Amino acid sequence: MVLLQISEPGQSPEPHQRRRAVGIDLGTTNSLVATVRSGTPETLLDNEQQHLLPSVVHYGTAGEVTVGRSAYAQSSSDPLNTLISVKRFMGRGVEDIKTLGSQLPYEIVASDADGSSSKGMPNFKTVAGNISPVAASAEILRVLVERAELALDGALDGAVITVPAYFDEAQRQATKDAATLAGVKVLRLLNEPTAAAVAYGLDQGGEGVIAVYDLGGGTFDISILRLSHGVFEVLSTGGDSALGGDDFDRALAQWIAEQAGLGEDLGPSEQRQLLMEARKAKEVLSEQTQVNISVAGWSGVLGRDQLDALIDPLIDKTLRSCKRALRDAGLNPNDVASVVMVGGSTRTPRVRGKVAEAFGQEPLVNIDPDRVVAIGAAIQADVLVGNKPGDEMLLLDVIPLSLGIETMGGLMEKIIHRNTTIPVAKAQDFTTFKDGQTAMSIHVLQGERELISDCRSLARFELRGIPAMVAGAAKIRVSFQVDADGLLNVSAKELTSGIEAHIEVKPSYGLNDDDVTRMLKESYTHAREDMQLRALREQQVDADRMYEDLLAALNEDGRQLLNDNEYHCLEVALKDLDKIRQSKNHREIARHIEMVSKTSEEFAARRMNASIQKALAGHSLDDVEKDV
Amino acid sequence: MDFTSNYFEIFGLPVSYQVDLSLLSERYRDMQREFHPDRYANKPAQEQRLAVQYAGVINQAFSELKSPLLRAQYLLSLKNIEGQGDARITRDPLFLMQQIELREKLADASQAGDAFSLLEEVAEEAESEYSALQKVFDQQYSHSLFQDALETVAKMQFFSKLLVEVEQREHELDD
Repeated sequence: MVLLQISEPGQSPEPHQRRRAVGIDLGTTNSLVATVRSGTPETLLDNEQQHLLPSVVHYGTAGEVTVGRSAYAQSSSDPLNTLISVKRFMGRGVEDIKTLGSQLPYEIVASDADGSSSKGMPNFKTVAGNISPVAASAEILRVLVERAELALDGALDGAVITVPAYFDEAQRQATKDAATLAGVKVLRLLNEPTAAAVAYGLDQGGEGVIAVYDLGGGTFDISILRLSHGVFEVLSTGGDSALGGDDFDRALAQWIAEQAGLGEDLGPSEQRQLLMEARKAKEVLSEQTQVNISVAGWSGVLGRDQLDALIDPLIDKTLRSCKRALRDAGLNPNDVASVVMVGGSTRTPRVRGKVAEAFGQEPLVNIDPDRVVAIGAAIQADVLVGNKPGDEMLLLDVIPLSLGIETMGGLMEKIIHRNTTIPVAKAQDFTTFKDGQTAMSIHVLQGERELISDCRSLARFELRGIPAMVAGAAKIRVSFQVDADGLLNVSAKELTSGIEAHIEVKPSYGLNDDDVTRMLKESYTHAREDMQLRALREQQVDADRMYEDLLAALNEDGRQLLNDNEYHCLEVALKDLDKIRQSKNHREIARHIEMVSKTSEEFAARRMNASIQKALAGHSLDDVEKDV
Repeated sequence: MDFTSNYFEIFGLPVSYQVDLSLLSERYRDMQREFHPDRYANKPAQEQRLAVQYAGVINQAFSELKSPLLRAQYLLSLKNIEGQGDARITRDPLFLMQQIELREKLADASQAGDAFSLLEEVAEEAESEYSALQKVFDQQYSHSLFQDALETVAKMQFFSKLLVEVEQREHELDD
């Protein structure tokens, strides 16, 4: 349970005190939390002095939820209630699960089977009810947040949560939803390879092209970045969000089953046991060349050669992605200055060997491949939360998969191409095809193929409030904006009237806003008062932040950018805000924040433009063409 | 000045087809250092929203000025010259002949034993034509011969597409 810090009325926290920010690696197999303390990033330990938190959640019959090693220990005895590798199910539909392997030791139900509003999401049937992967991930996040708040002695101001670079919009949104459920403020979703590059880049102090080979439990990413003067620029990214160490385990488990003469019809418990044995054997073979395996009364010996033969096809798949990523970046293997290995699965000697061969150099492994991502995330969190000036480091990431819309004939028309640097916005014009049409539906997809059936459906955006006109007269400009987290935002405006269309998002594989609200309510097992206190606290922090920022802004360039009337207006708004932030009514504070936000928006825009002027003034005056 | 200003102004560069690419990259990094949303993570929501928009425009401007073809099209759009230069090209028999020859070569290359070297030949010819056209465009634009410039851009488009296809063919053979 999180201890809430409640200020005395009239006393706000020192705004320039060091803020508590963490980086969270929410991994398929293991999760970690790290923070920057005394200038050094470090992963935080649990009460058993361990860094890693197995991403395993167990639901007990009495409603208790366990996360981590003790949960993993129950996986063979209670497989249906022990959720392992839920990351593989985030942002996926029930149909996708079928391709994740024929044998999964779970009972999966489609979420709409129990009448909830989200369609087609796989939920796990457990003794605690139908659990969505998002809810299970939230449990893992909660444990990490608790660990951090204990270590840092207070509530967190924010977290950077990492995601595979190859995660699509639905998978990213699911991750953000899990954070919302866990009550974590997400500073940024950061791509795992980029996080690793940050950890290595700042560690080695290097410049040049870095290739990050990230093979985790369930996902594979390859990112090619250029590091230059503190700017990490992702040139290209590739991967497979359904390929990882778990697949090595599965291949090995299958081999063991065949050797042991076990049939196809294994119960969940046997399946889980087999997988656990396979994983253990695989890990031993990273240190030794042979290992003894005994399972279900059978025992045998497994050598490295046999393991290599089983996993080579999977490794080759990753190397093909590497080739493609290099091509997309317009580079050859010898243009790459360093190759970095990330993820526990890169400990397998065969993986290292084949990657070294593909890139013609020995990969770097000096930072623990299990911890490097959390460390990179902590470094960025430190900057984003304001503890460190941000002008030393800049991360320019890309969208991994093309975004487009469905057009006539079931075709996908790309609007934003893969490997485009984000944030990015593209507009597309549409028109009505019936007289008096006031609404339209746009189907957004992600992928590289031509047919929509080969791409991933993200959501349907329903535009309403288009002024009724003759068919074809309306000109609706739909703007697709991808932010720095890789999340999509759609807005639409009818150009002839200037009216903004109202947009309703119906995600194909995710939670809509109602679901999130409902799940939030359900997850609160505290008394109602706690919920109010938390909401009040959050609004007070926001109000304080806004007050300080506006005060500083007015003092800095209020007189230069505003006329007397405008300046006075904002002064009044500031005074009101000062009064209202002491209120006990969180809704009143929220309303006021919204009001001040609107009132000061023009001032904010002017300040940003003044910044551009300053930045440009640094260049030679004859360079700039004066536009009168 | 605000963000409806042109892409050259955003980077403090003169409006011209000739662009110093390394200077452009440097200015791009400078601008992103100022406006990337990460710099506003701790600021009020409205500034964050503005930052996402601004950073998006900076990215758009950079990608258009970087590419010789897109830069040419952008320069024409600044003069409000848009539209089909294609119509004039289809009546240029020499150009058409060359396109047909190159495409035939491309098609032959995939079947042939020495596919890679044939593809290289096609790429080299296309590259040199593409470069030559860029010089022609520069001349035409600076002398305000905009209709001619438009036609040159259409030709550039052909070669740009051809180069993409050559690359794709090379990748297919690689796999």
